Amino acid sequence: MNILTNPKKLRGFEKHIKIENVSRRSILKTLGLAGGFVLAAPVMMRPSFAYETGAGKMPHGVVVDPRVFVSIAPDGMVTIIAHRSEMGTGVRTSLPLIVAEELEADWSRVHVQQAHGDEAKFGNQDTDGSRSTRHYLIPMRQIGASARTMLEQAAAKRWGVPAGEVKAANHEVVHSASGRKLGFGELAADAAKESVPSIEGLKLKNPKDFRYLGKGEISIVDLHDITTGAAHYGGDARLPGMKYAVIARPPVTGGKLVSFDGAEAMKVSGVEKVMEVKGWPWPSKFQPLGGVAVIARNTGAAIKGCNALKVTWDDGANAKYDSVAYRTELEEAARKPGLVVRKDGDAEAALKSADKVIIGEYYLPHFAHASMEPPVAVANVKGDKAEVWAPVQSPGGTREDVAKTLGIPEENVTVNVTLLGGGFGRKSKCDFALEAVLLSKELGVPVKVQWTREDDVRHDFLHTVSVERIEAGLDKNGKVIAWRHRSVAPSIASTFAAGTVHQAPFELGMGLIDNPFEIANLQCENPEAAAHTRIGWFRSVSNIPRAFAVQSMVAEIAHATNRDPKDMLLELIGSPRIVNLSSVKDPWNYGEPYDSYPIDTARLRKVVELVADKGGWGRSVPKGHGLGIAVHRSFVSYIATIIEVAVDDKGKLTVPRVDTAIDCGTYVNPERIQSQIEGAAIMGLSLAKYGEVTFKDGKVQQGNFDDYQVIRIDESPAVTNVYIVPPASPDTPPSGVGEPGVPPFAPALINAIFAATGKRLRAMPIGKQLEA
Amino acid sequence: MVKLKINGQEQNWDGDPDLPLLWFIRDEIGLTGTKFGCGQALCGSCTVIIDKQAVRACITSVSDAAGREVTTIEGLHPTGDHPVQKAWRQVNVPQCGYCQAGQIMQAAALLADNPKPSHDQIREAMSGNICRCGCYQRIENAVHLASTGV
Repeated sequence: MNILTNPKKLRGFEKHIKIENVSRRSILKTLGLAGGFVLAAPVMMRPSFAYETGAGKMPHGVVVDPRVFVSIAPDGMVTIIAHRSEMGTGVRTSLPLIVAEELEADWSRVHVQQAHGDEAKFGNQDTDGSRSTRHYLIPMRQIGASARTMLEQAAAKRWGVPAGEVKAANHEVVHSASGRKLGFGELAADAAKESVPSIEGLKLKNPKDFRYLGKGEISIVDLHDITTGAAHYGGDARLPGMKYAVIARPPVTGGKLVSFDGAEAMKVSGVEKVMEVKGWPWPSKFQPLGGVAVIARNTGAAIKGCNALKVTWDDGANAKYDSVAYRTELEEAARKPGLVVRKDGDAEAALKSADKVIIGEYYLPHFAHASMEPPVAVANVKGDKAEVWAPVQSPGGTREDVAKTLGIPEENVTVNVTLLGGGFGRKSKCDFALEAVLLSKELGVPVKVQWTREDDVRHDFLHTVSVERIEAGLDKNGKVIAWRHRSVAPSIASTFAAGTVHQAPFELGMGLIDNPFEIANLQCENPEAAAHTRIGWFRSVSNIPRAFAVQSMVAEIAHATNRDPKDMLLELIGSPRIVNLSSVKDPWNYGEPYDSYPIDTARLRKVVELVADKGGWGRSVPKGHGLGIAVHRSFVSYIATIIEVAVDDKGKLTVPRVDTAIDCGTYVNPERIQSQIEGAAIMGLSLAKYGEVTFKDGKVQQGNFDDYQVIRIDESPAVTNVYIVPPASPDTPPSGVGEPGVPPFAPALINAIFAATGKRLRAMPIGKQLEA
Repeated sequence: MVKLKINGQEQNWDGDPDLPLLWFIRDEIGLTGTKFGCGQALCGSCTVIIDKQAVRACITSVSDAAGREVTTIEGLHPTGDHPVQKAWRQVNVPQCGYCQAGQIMQAAALLADNPKPSHDQIREAMSGNICRCGCYQRIENAVHLASTGV
């Protein structure tokens, strides 16, 4: 029984979390509960736009109101609100830049102000799912155009001329017939009195007149502050009387505190108090795990005190979780039939009649996010009011959860969003902010809760662990006639609903049921898997294991049939077409309408062909080197990667070159797209080479960057080249950038290693496998 | 009582002499540009310069810094225009930015010691500083740019 078939459990699930990466409304609709969902803000997509997005289906939808997002001071300074969280993608710059573009504001006279958490006011703020540009390109243009129109109307009135005769340009409104001009600052007060124009009648700029959008010439707004140490992250808020807390949490997920002895901790210089922190029973959703907090005058004393604690835990139901045994469990499940989640033709029969069957079984372990800034938050609770400073991807959800946890109204909670020192999905969960709130309430003073790196790795909402098994049936000509993909992995939903054993549609829709291959008999199955730790969203989510398996399999088939891997890939993708997903009950499609965001194999083919051309596919490489290729559609973008590896005779792996082509539709800032793809290569290499969190006796065995390694500069690819496909038209819908770069990396790397060495690796991480 | 200088200012500490310098700088002095990343000298986020050497403030105690000159990111240049900082901006290095203060301090120490580092020397000197966003290609380019004149 899972959340999708048990409405009772779903209600609990639904009530307590903000489930990002999935349309809550669509799940509810399936169950006839849509009346319980309130869209607080109107969804205003201009009907004449060529496409719709799923923005309106997100919690609290979209707010298109210039009075909420734009203010202009008498001196002309324009302030634009950034309502999404900045974790490195550049969104705090790009969304306000869209507004400035349409507003005709001069970017050098624009100040960006971060919104606090308030979705009724700003619309959805969940910064995840590679959604910000895709959902807000149109609304931000409309906001800018509305504000511009109001300024023009105010100027026309002042001059007594028809509004059609005036035009805003570069921070002023001009009446060219008379040569009169008024600066935005001079018009601000009058413009504020104008009524907000209707969205339908708005005149948006012709994209050919864009000064900023699509150019990539504007640096991020925080650049100077970042280079001088003035940029503020989660741990940088300082309040008078603030105390510093570090918490010992149950070492096994679902465990709880039995007793503690804080005597030694209290002896540490600077430690002031040792106290229990409330925890929630498993599955604990986004709530704190509980434990023992050490309160001190500085973080160093709190850490030292925490290390001196003597704590007895009840390990609970997950005390036997063991990664070695669990892998065997997953493999056994993958070898038996499971819940059928897509069925085209008859794969079972076709596999039986096939001339040859190739089987690949791929394993990917848990990953920890390990953002450079470990979870941290400051809270100040006074009576029935709370203020929080935190690096959260979900400011609105954090506000709701703080209110619920303290039992106070949401309007009494202020969530100040700092910069995030990396997020990658970890900071969509606000448990660390809730800990700070609980402690501040009890102590009556502001409290900062700092997670250590060990806390971060050992109490993460980990990326799932999975076995992906693919069976491909070939006819006597080597043509693939059958494809059966079984994906077994604990679901993110298990963190919210006990007893979850199947993947949710938003997980199945990441590279499993949305398989784009033109194969007549294609079946996808999802055998059962129970979770024994907190599973959460990790950048790219289930696309990582799915792309790894599918794209490895393509190269395996190419090898078995003596074909070029790129040719094999194009053959499997098949003819340029819109993939028909009619056999899939809930195609999910990243929450986007299929009409606007179909699986278009012409675009998939195009990125393969582009990267092959630019990346020199088939070029001759030195001995010990090899080229690998992979393509994947995720977050409704298309992306293909070619990697050159070198493996020396001792098995040492280096990456001389990476080439990636991305088609993300209409884009705002190509310079930040490039940086995201460069970064995705590093993260992809980190995961492939080292990424693994393992459990023994229910406890995570890693803790810091010595045993949970990530790529450093001396082993990073020598060069990563990025090619961005220009949008087919200005009406091409924008699609994701933050996440799509990661999934194709590992399979391209593994395929390159095969080309270099003849070794086919099917389990991640690579670790010492090449040294054998 | 431990006496030390941070960014030219005299500071005193009469608490635990073993307190890591990082927490003295951040929590006691209130200079928050220096970041916490690992606490074990594994990531370089907390890098500061002590008497021209790049050190990890998370494992350096306040007493280790007694009588010495500590420079944090805030003190690297009065207007933030050290050649490394300028190069960082020119190359648009940062993504989330959290590790960058440590990266910049490490790069500044490298160039003070070796004004024209080679590709391999840059990679070696910067290999103690982790960037999870993966800005390495640009870090290398920025250090190179700073070494050749911004």
